[in-house]
Amino acid sequence: MNQVGRDIPRLEVHAKVTGRAEYTHHLRLPGMLYGKVFRATVPHGRIRRIDTEAARLLPGVHRVVTGEDVRKIIAEPYYGPAFHDQPILALDKVHHVGEPVAVVLASDPHVAERAVQMIVAEYEELPAVYDEVAAMQPDVVVHDMLRPAGTFADLKHLKGRSGTNVALDYHLRRGDVDAALAGAAHVFEHTFKTQQCLHLPLEPFVSVAEPGDNTLTIYTSSQTPSFVRTEIARLFGWPENRVRVKVPFLGGGFGAKVYVKLEALVAALAVIARRPVKVALTMEEQFYMITKHATTFRIKSGVGEDGRVVARSCEVFWNGGAYADIGPRVTQKSGFTAPGPYDIENIRIDSYSLYTNRTPAGALRGFGIPQLVWAYESHTDLIARGLGIDAVEFRRNNILRGDRPQASGTAMKDAAVAAVLDTLAARIGWSRPFDRGSGTIRRGRGIAIGFKASISPTTSVAIVNVAADGSTTLYTSTVDMGQGSDTAFAQIAAEVLDVRAEDVRVVHPDTDVTPYDMGTLGSRSLFHMGNAVQLAAEDARTKLRALAAEAGLPEGTNYPPAEVFKKRFGMQAGNVIGSASYVPTYKSPDAQTGLSDNVTPFWMIGGAGVEVEVDTETGAVRVLRLVNAADCGRPINPGVARTQLSGAAIMQLGFTLSEVMQLDGGQVTNASLADYKIPGIRDIPPMENELVAAEQQSGPFGAKGLGESGTFGVSPAIANAIHDAVGVRIMELPITAEVVLRALRAQAGHPLEDE
Amino acid sequence: MSARTISFTLNGQKVSTEIEPHRNLVELLQRFDLFGSRESCGQGLCGCCTVLVDDLAVSACLYFGVWVDGKSITTVEALDAGGSLSKVQQAFIDCGAFQCGFCTPGFVLMAHQLLKEHPDPSDDDIRHYLAGNLCRCAAYPEIIEAVKLAARR
Repeated sequence: MNQVGRDIPRLEVHAKVTGRAEYTHHLRLPGMLYGKVFRATVPHGRIRRIDTEAARLLPGVHRVVTGEDVRKIIAEPYYGPAFHDQPILALDKVHHVGEPVAVVLASDPHVAERAVQMIVAEYEELPAVYDEVAAMQPDVVVHDMLRPAGTFADLKHLKGRSGTNVALDYHLRRGDVDAALAGAAHVFEHTFKTQQCLHLPLEPFVSVAEPGDNTLTIYTSSQTPSFVRTEIARLFGWPENRVRVKVPFLGGGFGAKVYVKLEALVAALAVIARRPVKVALTMEEQFYMITKHATTFRIKSGVGEDGRVVARSCEVFWNGGAYADIGPRVTQKSGFTAPGPYDIENIRIDSYSLYTNRTPAGALRGFGIPQLVWAYESHTDLIARGLGIDAVEFRRNNILRGDRPQASGTAMKDAAVAAVLDTLAARIGWSRPFDRGSGTIRRGRGIAIGFKASISPTTSVAIVNVAADGSTTLYTSTVDMGQGSDTAFAQIAAEVLDVRAEDVRVVHPDTDVTPYDMGTLGSRSLFHMGNAVQLAAEDARTKLRALAAEAGLPEGTNYPPAEVFKKRFGMQAGNVIGSASYVPTYKSPDAQTGLSDNVTPFWMIGGAGVEVEVDTETGAVRVLRLVNAADCGRPINPGVARTQLSGAAIMQLGFTLSEVMQLDGGQVTNASLADYKIPGIRDIPPMENELVAAEQQSGPFGAKGLGESGTFGVSPAIANAIHDAVGVRIMELPITAEVVLRALRAQAGHPLEDE
Repeated sequence: MSARTISFTLNGQKVSTEIEPHRNLVELLQRFDLFGSRESCGQGLCGCCTVLVDDLAVSACLYFGVWVDGKSITTVEALDAGGSLSKVQQAFIDCGAFQCGFCTPGFVLMAHQLLKEHPDPSDDDIRHYLAGNLCRCAAYPEIIEAVKLAARR
């Protein structure tokens, strides 16, 4: 049976269309208290006093908890995947507006909410820093001391520092950039910026902790159940087996719900209260939890007479906000791809992860890659224009082909860069004539491609259980948040075991039951867990054959498993358990040069081609056509893969045209869906989504990750098309009508006055 | 605030309960173990909490529970009460019109109202009726296809 490559509906479709799918959002437990968070109102300040008296006395309030209460049960109540910098509740200082300072617990969430408004806190305000480039100077230092976490293999090199806001700096040196720039026929230099924006899953962050007999069970909307277990156990000084983490479906994640978010808080509250505690954020509160890095990227290239890029220098500043979260990994893993998918001899990269007094930034669908592609593909377009070379031709002349090593020194193996570029050019009709509009309505076209490494080295473990009736159950800690992982893994296991994918049952993460997985993030699951599932299913198949031999059945015959069990155990009894771990090889970048010939087990390639229409009287940009293409290896489920590509591109469309977290002196001024515009059904342009089928030789049945690839090219393709239409260049996201109108008016010599 | 006693029809059944006047319809439905209406934005902008009140789609997060006194409520849980999925639900499956599924009940109910009022909707009708439902996974192209498919059936 061909289970891989089948377009079957997701396994959980019935539960989702009937509203019966389980989310943590719905969970209620007997005796449960609701926690509502009291948050900091200043961006940087020493806590002078927290007065909780009035809140405590409100009828119905169970108790009020502050950071000092947490410190009584957890001596060092700080967490984080890269640095242990984030307190469960603020201690001594607050570092951003919206930081949790206290929690009110009550049986009725409305009572807790009212009580929160009765808490009074006084701060000694400190100078604050918001801009990532300004944060390079130690005039304002956000944290007095930085404490590396040491949890992940790829972040072991982080060092404790003080007197700086630089959490991590990554440097890559290859060839002689200065000499090559000095000798180049043309030199181009630009600075691009991206804005702080947000994931905003429609199921906002929610976690529940239930204390047991020396145990804790945490039900949470998390992409990383295994990490939550490790981190909660570490905080309490417990062995991992006293912490159980259960994750049902997620109402969206997009990188928001990784590592620890509300889990440490609910765990501490449940231990203090000795009752189950639920903390569920509102949409507004999500603006104070985690965001996407704002960035500044200075890029400089030397180009020869033949149109070949000979040197490139990249300086990237990542605005990490008040807590590092996974920003240091973004800085490094994305950092080494900063020169783009181009074959360049001389490269210099300096990438800095910076603390500021904003809401923390982490991973958002692309792990920093969309910010980089925005800069290097806008820059590429400007170079091509500057030299009078066609933008696609210029790229064809410079892209990494064959197995050529990328900047880091790792070969671009099984990476269909050229095929993605060619697919886009063909689908958009790049070589065909194009109606460029007239009067006040002008049209243009743009193209952009990007690429990404996977996070490495990371481990996935899978268990396949064949029951005595032959039915198959799969146990993994991968979280299905809509990407379709349950279905893809069922198809992989079914392919190996020769059963129907629809008949495989997938057990959702429960760390008492499902084995370790590093996390559902960075498009890693299909490759890593997919490989583990394939190996575990093969292990089960081998054991079924051994069982048949024990039962005296002749080798090579194809008895159904149910008959094998019956023959071996005399009735419908027994199990066959197949299991496997998968961890790819990895080599850390050299501390001096930043180089490594094995930084990633696979590469993701994605791009976009667009046609836009610009109204020169209003600056309004309308996308007339959006073509997305990505190298997805061999698709396990083409239908689900295509919706991933399409959904990622639309999400990036929001980050390109409308989404921005507005700040005024550290205060977020648009913390609601009324004032922060995400794409709705009226904003969707005509789209075409192309899966560029290639073969990832090391992937499960040739597959690779795809969840982020659709984001890569969208923003620069649109900026390039706007330039093509009206001749103005937008250097900063988002590209609102106002931004375009200002650029048009400045170009015409009649700039609009500032507000 | 003191509770009031209200009586209404919930998915075809006559029910009565006590509820405080500040609680919204999402909370009221949770008391009946109905979780298909989900409060997300809390401002009536995302449509995740959509239910039908006397056959009209409303945002349950902005609708006080006491207001349903004497009215008839239909939630997503009623659509397959006869044992089979509604046309809209089946079309959502056939077109792969969701990813995480959190917003899906709201879209399904809004599509029901649309098709009741416009059995053969234009693209513009579809976009107009569904403009108040947000899908962060952005399955919009598939949702439009699903509504058209349901209309054709």
